[in-house]
Amino acid sequence: MAVMTETGTATAASTPALKRRSPYPGWFFLPAAIIYGVLFLLPTFASLYFSLTRWNLFSSTFIGFDNFAQFLREPFLIKGLVNTVIYAVVTSGLKVVLGLLLAVLLTSQIAARGYLRSVVFFPVLVSTVGVGITFTVLMHPTNGMINEGLALLGIKGPGWLVDPNLALFSVALVDVWKGVGLATVIYIAGIVAIPKDYYEAARIDGATKLQNFFYVTLPLCRPATVTVITLSFIGGLRTFDLIWAMTRGGPGFASDTVASVIYKQYQAGFYGLSTAGNVVLFILIAVLVVPLTMLLNRKEGHE
Amino acid sequence: MTKTSRRIALAGLSAGLLAMTALTGAAYAQTTLTFLIDNASNTVAQSEALVAAFEAANPDINVEIETRPGGAEGDNIIKTRLATGVMSDIFLYNSGSLFQAINPQQFLVDLTNEPWQADVQASFKQVVTAPDGTVRGVPYGAAMGGGIYYNKPIYEELGLSVPKSWDEFMANNEKIKAAGKVAVIQTYNATWTSQLFVLADFYNVSAKDPSFASRYTAGEAKFATDAAALRGFEKLQEVHDAGYLNEDFGAATYEDGVRMVATGEGAHYPMLTFATGAISETYPDNLADVGFFAQPGDDASLNGLTVWMPGALYIPQSTANLDAARKFAAFVASPAGCDALTSAGGATGPYLINGCTLPADVPPAVSDLLPYFAEGGQNGPALEFLSPIKGPALEQITVEVGSGIRTAADGAALYDEDVRKQAQQLGLPGW
Repeated sequence: MAVMTETGTATAASTPALKRRSPYPGWFFLPAAIIYGVLFLLPTFASLYFSLTRWNLFSSTFIGFDNFAQFLREPFLIKGLVNTVIYAVVTSGLKVVLGLLLAVLLTSQIAARGYLRSVVFFPVLVSTVGVGITFTVLMHPTNGMINEGLALLGIKGPGWLVDPNLALFSVALVDVWKGVGLATVIYIAGIVAIPKDYYEAARIDGATKLQNFFYVTLPLCRPATVTVITLSFIGGLRTFDLIWAMTRGGPGFASDTVASVIYKQYQAGFYGLSTAGNVVLFILIAVLVVPLTMLLNRKEGHE
Repeated sequence: MTKTSRRIALAGLSAGLLAMTALTGAAYAQTTLTFLIDNASNTVAQSEALVAAFEAANPDINVEIETRPGGAEGDNIIKTRLATGVMSDIFLYNSGSLFQAINPQQFLVDLTNEPWQADVQASFKQVVTAPDGTVRGVPYGAAMGGGIYYNKPIYEELGLSVPKSWDEFMANNEKIKAAGKVAVIQTYNATWTSQLFVLADFYNVSAKDPSFASRYTAGEAKFATDAAALRGFEKLQEVHDAGYLNEDFGAATYEDGVRMVATGEGAHYPMLTFATGAISETYPDNLADVGFFAQPGDDASLNGLTVWMPGALYIPQSTANLDAARKFAAFVASPAGCDALTSAGGATGPYLINGCTLPADVPPAVSDLLPYFAEGGQNGPALEFLSPIKGPALEQITVEVGSGIRTAADGAALYDEDVRKQAQQLGLPGW
């Protein structure tokens, strides 16, 4: 049927349409189309509808935009939004800086380079929940290894995860430790791809090591920077597993992010509210990431 | 059942001797009941003892235990399995407000006319009664009190007596702190434990204002504006502001709290009395060192205990083994069932089935509990058994108030907002 239509259009249409004709018959697309429709399109539109209702597993009532009003009115939900942005900016910023510095170190002529490169990548491979539980133990305010180590130096360590002003940043630091390996690997690839001629030219012009870094390495690995920022920023915005494993959004609501707030609403049985939260998260990511990507890619084009 | 096996046996006979031997097993064919419980270690131990005793009395029924996580995750498993019709033949779940949230009329078998209901105490029946007035559950375990565990050696050492009013309690705390000890243990890593000062204060709220629960359900009484109800939040803030808490209160776990009050690392631990089971399991040598008292109110003459009803067993309408499940329910509601529970978890409080008795040598934490239930004793159910509404964010809010992040008045107002969400989700009138 689809084949018929397509053939019909193709003969009637002009040459460009003929060029665009797919090399596959229509039924070839069917399995993928069904999977896409049932598992992706349908849930997406169903969630848009259910975010406008108050539903439980048994029934639903249409309530218009009440869920969104509720979501945006609640103090800890607003805090969750703010925390999400802080978390994303802090983690992606640190990953860019540390990842680049580590990559510069690991592309230099040092001993055991291959081994060191793999070591920096190991945390990426470990389960996030495992990392979270381990660091929760290490960051215990009185019995944790970090504070016991600080005590040996005569410093009274803070309550990393129990101080409401610190909890979010403690989790962010662990996220950076876990994720910086990926950023480093991307940067290593970027730096290795820079042709040696540039450094040679710079040396002939008498550039210092610092000038080498700022005027050759940094601008020429911009594609790597774009990738690292985009990946870690989106990752930071939708982060959930590490925060849940370490603080469950606590103490109180101090380290709640949009994702953990949504999960808690779902756990509490507020399915409509949590669906609305997911729509908000979707919009938030789109609003922040689309302009960011456009900005980064446009600059790249001007180079 | 017997009829079916006989028919199968006859068919087997005609098919030949070989088939007959294969079917001798089927003549003893057992009904297999599935039984879903939460995965807390003392629940598992008690359920295993219960199942063993039941199987010994009913050799033709085989009970298989399945476990599920507790807390909100468990709530979702229960709701999902009920809604999709794949619930086990019998399951353990909370009574009170959580029971109301699983649509009992639609999903659970009506047990009102079971003969054993005559022995179940009326105070329990009301917390497993569906909106249409039918009883849908059988009590599983002992009644609990919400109040404060105390370490007896510390009390003896400092010459303290059990407080009857909040001022006396705070005076005791001051002396304990002056002696260089931790006066109040809090364990906010397990966020649910932070709710105790608020929830266990409810006897004191209803002693002052018996209509609070019904006005609260109707949306007329609020925690932030009702002075008696606000006291629970204020008490939580007072113990923090006075510096009575253990240094690691933000990171300590429930297990830490149990250890601290049992071994004397701290003097008071606000908790539900099911912790007696955990103490006897992990610190049996210290069991005699731990006593219990109700959370004191402002007026010593109105001292009484806030009571938590135990969970219940329910039979879903989707079960294929209704008769066997009923037998199991009847066994749980009998003194033999109570004894099986006692044998595994120790005695943690009074049972809600007439004829069930406790052993004579109960630990002090239990004997301290019994006078509140005796003739003339003062006790009343917790709010979650009088009203279907309990806001899910209470534990985060009480962590904030109990850690000095938010004031009591702010916390109460925030909780009122949370309660409103829950009431709307339940579709209650007047919200």
